[in-house]
Amino acid sequence: MKDENIYLALVTILAPLSIAAIGGATGIYAPLQHETVELRAWMTPREFIDLFAIARLAPGPGSMLAPLIGWKVAGVGGALLATVALYLPSSVLCYGAARVWNRHRGKPWHRAIEAGLSPIAAGLIFSGILGLLRLGETGPLSWFTVALVAGLLMWRPKLHPLLLIGCGALVFFLLHVAGA
Amino acid sequence: MDQPPPVPLARIYSLFFRIGLFSFGGQLTSWIHREVVLVRGWMTNEEFLSGMALSQILPGVNSTNTAVFVGQRLRGAWGATVAITAMLTGPFFAVILAGVLYKWVIGWHGVQSIMEGVAAVALGMLARMGISAGRGAARGVTPALAMLATFVGVGVLRLPMLGVVAVVAPVSVLASYYLERRHEG
Repeated sequence: MKDENIYLALVTILAPLSIAAIGGATGIYAPLQHETVELRAWMTPREFIDLFAIARLAPGPGSMLAPLIGWKVAGVGGALLATVALYLPSSVLCYGAARVWNRHRGKPWHRAIEAGLSPIAAGLIFSGILGLLRLGETGPLSWFTVALVAGLLMWRPKLHPLLLIGCGALVFFLLHVAGA
Repeated sequence: MDQPPPVPLARIYSLFFRIGLFSFGGQLTSWIHREVVLVRGWMTNEEFLSGMALSQILPGVNSTNTAVFVGQRLRGAWGATVAITAMLTGPFFAVILAGVLYKWVIGWHGVQSIMEGVAAVALGMLARMGISAGRGAARGVTPALAMLATFVGVGVLRLPMLGVVAVVAPVSVLASYYLERRHEG
C-alpha cells in the first residue's frame, strides 16, 4: 500500500467508521488503531497511544482522535478531511432522522414515542457512567468527586461547569504534588 | 402549543462553540443538556432525552448526533449545520495545538492527575443529567421499569445496546401510548 494516496486513505478509513460506529467514540478506537498502526504502519503503537492521550487532554469529543491522526499523517488538510469524513455521513443520517422525527411533533403517537424513549435514555446514561467507572482508572477520590459534582449541580443548576472542572483539576493536582 | 420565537442562528453558533471549547473531559451531551434544557429552556427535558436516545441508536458519535438533533429542532437544516460546525471548531484547533505541544505536556507527571480530576468532574455532570432523567422516569411504573431494564441490560449485563433497545423501546412506547389514551379517554 506504499503508493496509496494518503487523503484517499483517510476518507476510506473514516467514512465507513462514521456509519459503522454505533454507540459512540469508543467504537472507533480499535478499528482506527488496526488501520493506522497494523495495516498501514503510519505510526508505531506507542505513537498511537500518545495521540490517544492527547485527544483526551483536549476539549471536545474523544473521537477528535481521528482529526489528530489526520494532522499527524497529512497536516492541517488531513485533519480537516478526517473531520469531514468522520462526522459528515453520520450527521447527514441523523439530520434526516431528526427532520422526520421533529416534523410530527405534537401528534399523540409522537408524544408516546417521546415518553417511551426518555426512560431508555436515562438507562443508557447510567450504563455509560457504570462503564466509565468500570475502566478501572478511577479511585475512591474520583467516585467522591463524581457524587460531589452531581450534588452541587442539583443544588445550583446554573453553577458553571468550567469552574468545577478547574477546581477538580486543581485539587487532583495538589493531592498529586502532596504525594497522596 | 404556542411556538416561541425561533432561536437566532448566531446564538446557536456561540452556544455550541463554547460547549465544544469548554468540554474538557468529554461528556459533551451533558453540557448540551445543561445549556439547552436547564439554562435556556429551548427544549423540554423529555424532548431532549428522546432526541438523545435517538442519537445513541443512530450510527455516529453521540454528542455530535445530539448537536445535529438540537440544531435541527431549533432551526432546521441551518440550525443543524451551525450547531455541529460550531461544536467542532474549538476542539479541532485545540487538538492540533495539543498535538504540537504534546512533547512538553505528556512527559510532565502532573498531567495524569489533572486529567483524572477533569474526567471525574465531567462524569459528575453526566451523573447530574442521569439524575434528572431518572427523576422523570420514576414518575410512573412503566418508565421506571424501562429505565431499569435498559440499565441492567446495557450497563450491568453488557448486552449489545441496539438489541436491548429493540426489545425495551416497543414495550415502553406502547405502554405510554395506552396510558396517554386512557388519560384522555
